[in-house]
Amino acid sequence: MPPAIRVSQVVKRYGALTALDGVDLEIAQGEFFGLLGPNGAGKTTLISALAGLVRADAGTLSVMGHDVVSDYRAARRLLGVVPQELVFDPFFTVRETLRFQSGYFGIRGNEAWIEEILEALDLKGKADVNMRRLSGGMKRRVLVGQALVHRPPVIVLDEPTAGVDVELRQSLWAFIRRLNRDGHTIVLTTHYLEEAESLCSRIAMLKQGRVIALDSTANLLARFSGPTLAVRLPEGAVLPEELAAHGHPAEGGLVRFALSGWGEVETILAALRRSGVTPLDMELAKPDLEQVFMGMMQGAR
Amino acid sequence: MIGFRTLLHKELLRFWKVSFQTVAAPVLTALLYLLVFSHALEDHVRVYTDVSYTAFLVPGLVMMSVLQNAFANSSSSLIQGKVGGGIVFVLLPPISYREFYLAYVLAAVVRGIVVGLGVLAVTLWFADLRLAAPLWIVVFSLLGGAVLGSLGVIAGIWADKFDQIAAFQNFIIMPLTFLSGVFYSIHSLPPFWQEVSRFNPVFYLIDGFRHGFFGVSDVSPWMSLSVACACLLVLAVATLALLRSGYKLRA
Ligand SMILES: Nc1ncnc2c1ncn2[C@@H]1O[C@H](COP(=O)(O)OP(=O)(O)OP(=O)(O)O)[C@@H](O)[C@H]1O
Ligand SMILES: [Mg+2]
Repeated sequence: MPPAIRVSQVVKRYGALTALDGVDLEIAQGEFFGLLGPNGAGKTTLISALAGLVRADAGTLSVMGHDVVSDYRAARRLLGVVPQELVFDPFFTVRETLRFQSGYFGIRGNEAWIEEILEALDLKGKADVNMRRLSGGMKRRVLVGQALVHRPPVIVLDEPTAGVDVELRQSLWAFIRRLNRDGHTIVLTTHYLEEAESLCSRIAMLKQGRVIALDSTANLLARFSGPTLAVRLPEGAVLPEELAAHGHPAEGGLVRFALSGWGEVETILAALRRSGVTPLDMELAKPDLEQVFMGMMQGAR
Repeated sequence: MIGFRTLLHKELLRFWKVSFQTVAAPVLTALLYLLVFSHALEDHVRVYTDVSYTAFLVPGLVMMSVLQNAFANSSSSLIQGKVGGGIVFVLLPPISYREFYLAYVLAAVVRGIVVGLGVLAVTLWFADLRLAAPLWIVVFSLLGGAVLGSLGVIAGIWADKFDQIAAFQNFIIMPLTFLSGVFYSIHSLPPFWQEVSRFNPVFYLIDGFRHGFFGVSDVSPWMSLSVACACLLVLAVATLALLRSGYKLRA
C-alpha cells in the first residue's frame, strides 16, 4: 500500500527566499495528520507543490504513489485541496459551483453527493444563492465542499476553519472525522493548536521551510511538554531550599514547577507545608501542544 | 472528456452571462465605425470596381470584431482567474494542458463568432453583401478566432495585472487589426506600406475572409489560408509549451 503522501527532499525557492528547504514527509493512508508552523513556515507552499499549483525546484512529491508531475492526472484525481485563500467564482451559485467542480473532475450526475455535502456543511439554505452573496465563513465552507466533490481519498485542508463560527467548526470537524473513519486520509493546517491536538494523530512542525518535529501527537506532548503545577505564594514568602532550584517564576507572581508525574504534586505541597508557606492560589496544567509549539519554535531543545 | 466539456461550458457561460458587455457592446462599437467611416468615405473610396465602400467595409468590421473579441475572451478569463484567485479551481483538477488550451480557445472562437454574427446582422442593413464563397467565410472566421484566442491565452498566462492585458491589446492587437486592411485595401497604400502589411498576419485573415464575400481579394485566399494555418500552428505549439512548462500558472 503506497503512502497517501510522500514528500522527499523538496526544495522551493522564491528568488533569494527558500520557502521549502529539503522537506521529507510520509503520511500513511488513513492518517489524520497535522501540519503546523508559524506564518511563512512553508505550509501552503508545500500543499501547493503537492497540488501542482507550484513546481518544486528539487525533490519529488507523490499522492498514493502517483508522482504529482509525471503522473499528474492520477495524482490530482486522488487529492482534494481546500485552499487557504478565500477564492470563489462570482458568476455562479453554490450548487453550480459544486456541479462545475464535479465536471472538472470528470464526474457527471453527482447530485446525491452534492446534496450530502450541502447538508453536512449546512449550506442547503444557500444552495441557489450567488457566491458573491455569501458571508466569508460560508464561502470557506463552499471551498471545503469543492474539495470533496470527487470523493478524494486524500484531503488536504489549509486552515479550513479560519473565520468559521464555533458551531460550524464543530460540525465541520464531525464531518471530516467521519470522512477519516471512512478511510480518507486527512491533512490539516491550522493555527488553532487545540484543534490539531484533539484531531490529529500525528503532527509535523515546520519552521522556515524545514520539518523540525515529526511524531505522534502523544509523543510530542510527552517529549516536549509535561504537567505543571503553579502556585502563588504570599508576599514575602520564600521557597524552601529543596524547591528553589526546581521552581521557575512565571507570569502573575506564580511559581511554576514542571512535573515528571502527577505524584510530584504531593511532594511539592508537603515541602511547602513543612516550611510553613501556605499558597494563595494554585493551578494544574496538562501538557498541551501550545507549549510544545512555543518550545520548538523558540529553538528550545 | 467531461472535464474538457465542463471547462468549455463554464467559459461559454462566463461571457454569455454578461453578454451585454461581451456581445452587445462590441456590436455597437462596430456599428459606430460603420456609420462614421461609410459616411465619410462612401463617395471617395472604391476598392473593387463593383463593390461599394460600405459593402467593402462590412466584412472587415465583422472580422475585426471576431478577432478582438476572441482575444478579449481568453485573455480576460485567465487574468480574472489569476487576479481573483479562482483559477485554482481549474488548476487543481486532472484537466490536461491540451484540454485546457482547447477549452479556452474554443470558447474564444465562439465568442468571436457570436459577436461577428451580431455585427453582420446589424450592418447588413447598410450594405448589399454577396456571398461569393461562403466556405471561406467560415474557414477564416474559425481560424481567425483560434489565432487570436491563442494569443489571448498567451497574454493571459503572461500578464499579472489587468493593465498588462490592456497594454497587449492597445500596443499589439489594435495596431495589427487596424493596419490590416479593415478600412482600406492595401493596394491603396504606398508600395513601402504594402510590403509592410504583408508581414501582418491579420491582413491575411481579413483578406481571406473578405474573399468569401466578394470573390476578389488583395492576395489569393489560398495564400491567406496558408499564412493563417501557419500562424495557428506556431501559436498552438507555443501556448501548449507554455502550459506544459507551468510558466506563471504553476510557478
Ligand atoms: N508566490 C510567492 N512569491 C514569493 N514568495 C512567496 C510566494 N508564496 C509564498 N512565498 C513566501 O514563502 C514563504 C512560505 O509561505 P507559505 O505561504 O508557504 O507560508 P505558510 O506556512 O502557509 O504561512 P501562513 O500560516 O501564514 O499561511 C513565505 O516567506 C512567503 O513570503
Ligand atoms: Mg499558509
